[in-house]
Amino acid sequence: MSDFLKWVSTLNPWLEILVIVGVFLIVVALILFFVEIAPRPGRMYTIIRLAACVAFPALFLWFLQSYQWAIAAAAVLGLIFFFLDRRAKGGAGSLFQLFGFMTPAVLLIVIGLIIPTIQTWFQAFMNSRGTTFVGLDNFVWIFSQPQNLRVVINTIVWVLVAPLVSTIAGLAYAYFIDKTRGERYYKILVFMPMAISFVGASIIWRFMYTARPAGQEQIGFLNQVIVWFGGQPLNFLAVEPWNTFFLIVVLIWIQTGFAMVILSAAIKGVPTEQLEAAELDGTNGWQKFINVIVPGIRPALIVVLTTISIASLKVFDIVRTMTAGANNTSVIANEMYTQFKSFEAGRSAAFAVILFLLVMPIVIYNAVQLKKQREAR
Amino acid sequence: MKTTNRGRILSALAMTGATGLALVACTGGPGVDNGGDEGGDGDNVVTVYGTIVTPEQELLEESWAEWEEENDIDIQYEGSKEFEAQIAVRAQGGTPPDLAIFPQPGLLADMASRDLVLPAPEGVAANVAEYWTEDWAGYGTVDDTLYGAPLMASVKGWVWYSPSQFAENDWEVPTDWQGLLDLTAQIQSDTGEPPWCIGFNSDAATGWPGTDWVEDIVLRQSGTEVYDQWVANEVEFTAPEIKSAFEEFGKIALNEDYVNAGFGGIDTIVTTPFGTDPAAALADGSCALHHQASFFDGFLVDAGVEVGEDGDIWAFLTPPFTAGGEAAVTGGGEIVAAFDDSDATVKVQEYLSSPEWANSRVSLGGVISANKGLDPESASSPILQEAISILQSDSTTFRFDASDLMPGAVGAGTFFKGMVDYVNGTDLDTVLEQIESGWPSE
Repeated sequence: MSDFLKWVSTLNPWLEILVIVGVFLIVVALILFFVEIAPRPGRMYTIIRLAACVAFPALFLWFLQSYQWAIAAAAVLGLIFFFLDRRAKGGAGSLFQLFGFMTPAVLLIVIGLIIPTIQTWFQAFMNSRGTTFVGLDNFVWIFSQPQNLRVVINTIVWVLVAPLVSTIAGLAYAYFIDKTRGERYYKILVFMPMAISFVGASIIWRFMYTARPAGQEQIGFLNQVIVWFGGQPLNFLAVEPWNTFFLIVVLIWIQTGFAMVILSAAIKGVPTEQLEAAELDGTNGWQKFINVIVPGIRPALIVVLTTISIASLKVFDIVRTMTAGANNTSVIANEMYTQFKSFEAGRSAAFAVILFLLVMPIVIYNAVQLKKQREAR
Repeated sequence: MKTTNRGRILSALAMTGATGLALVACTGGPGVDNGGDEGGDGDNVVTVYGTIVTPEQELLEESWAEWEEENDIDIQYEGSKEFEAQIAVRAQGGTPPDLAIFPQPGLLADMASRDLVLPAPEGVAANVAEYWTEDWAGYGTVDDTLYGAPLMASVKGWVWYSPSQFAENDWEVPTDWQGLLDLTAQIQSDTGEPPWCIGFNSDAATGWPGTDWVEDIVLRQSGTEVYDQWVANEVEFTAPEIKSAFEEFGKIALNEDYVNAGFGGIDTIVTTPFGTDPAAALADGSCALHHQASFFDGFLVDAGVEVGEDGDIWAFLTPPFTAGGEAAVTGGGEIVAAFDDSDATVKVQEYLSSPEWANSRVSLGGVISANKGLDPESASSPILQEAISILQSDSTTFRFDASDLMPGAVGAGTFFKGMVDYVNGTDLDTVLEQIESGWPSE
């Protein structure tokens, strides 16, 4: 595999593109071919299936230059799979077909997600060189240092503030903009920040907050305003503990547009009969909003809240670009990178595991809610 | 999708099997080549990676241009301010440059102890033995193995001031630390303004100028032995020697009347950028004293100031702790280490460790080197000539910047953060404990 890649890297760039695309197409064609002929009865097709079952896993590992015993094990597993497939409920070849379709996606998920996750869990309990098992030392180090506690607390502050404020703001926008003329243009304006990359947004906001010494020309918008009103320039990103909130503003600014678009669509889906019935009962606008619209868009609210919560839990680029964690603004993802940079793989992984544990309940809750909604329909 | 139980068990088993196999695949087997010749771009191209960026980058490239012609080797230099972060990632990811210019021996030690860099070739070792003092050779040495030769150097701990302002007010350049404190008090009472300007802000590295202060004081107050033990963590940050150095620095930095000239209160130390702003404050006279390394010369020149004994701004070294004590200076520099041992790379590495290169680069201006084969006349500006004479003098005790020698987790991590917390008013014992907690586990 690596020899092949090395050979590709010596080619002319245009030829490289052709080779890579060509190889990709060949692999796809092969998969489709096998999937196509799999369910056909007949000795020849059975033999082809058998060959594919045994050869594919073995070849795959051979490509990755793995151990001989692993290649052999892969071949044996393939053989077992072949016999299982012959007795499958959907007829011979049905399982083969299913796996043929799933394999590329499963492989990518396994290599790109599942394995790194497992490796991280292992690393979190090893020393920085990954040579000896140190038990919970890395976690003890995190929770016994005031600075690291501050990092965890900051992350929790992000999760408490950002989703709530952006959802409320997004809901307000969605509800009121729907009633105005020129709705489409307002929506585009509010949604615009969502289209900017996080790093870009961070640089814009860092400029907004920039402070120059009093008496000099201000280049930061906010401080220029303060100076016009006769105040002293304030270095927003150095003022603890408010600087964390000044960073959270950036995420809110970005996510409000996202919340507004989803919630606006949900509000349009609230049945008019309910609203009319509420009006006949003599509700005022506020009661109608709280008792009819909000329950009506509950599923959308949950999706928005959980999505933004996860985004604020793993926030990295905003903090890294604007303060790099200076003045106690660091969050877990930023600290992960910082530790990894100074060769502290164990501590870095421990932070990653903590982040994983914080994200997990939200993801599970989200999945459960989605399932409930499906059953309700 | 309704699946029977058997089907479920089957899919679970299949997933487990696939994961296991993929795990094996990812750990790499006997056939996997790790490292080796990563150059892959011919024999006479050498890639060099470092922290030096424009405008110094042009001078660096100019310094070896002739040699490249003569030896038919193409040196491709890549400079990045993200070097410290990227070099570790690149080396661990298997795409290192051929040569790297490490600004911190501590980072080099981190990488060397993980077998990511190669030991220095014989020619380089010979050059180091001939042209550098043992102190300097030690900075490129990890566990008795030499990994690279020093490249350039800088002398830290200068206090910049205006000679004409001193002459007008009859202020004297102090000869000991207490004298410096007295001078500070005197300037404060004569002008009614704070004398010192201090700037800690440097993006992700905010706080490093403060580490230079503490290092200067530790070296002068407690001597070389304690300094070396401190670098090795045998004397911890919480030890009385280090604590007292912080307190001495606090006598200036935590005194409302002494800082922050031209910028505001103590809280502006952290928010003032380290280079441009103090240079401007010195130039317009709103700041009387500023502590910074010799590179500050460049910022002053950019601010339109003439630097020299009879110029607008000049500098004295931070004085010894007691008058007449030994002259000890802190400084910095770079070490060149290799990730590749092709002939061309070795040749370049040897050339960079030779006096020929040192003279070629120093004559272009702006930097100095501790190479003993260097002609002091090569240096361009008075402050650099002064610095070379200090480096080459036998009576000078030289010590490398401690934060650069410590592992990155402390030297470029908690130590920086601790300085910021300290001037922001965090209690000193807490600060010292936090800095100490950053020492790597293994």
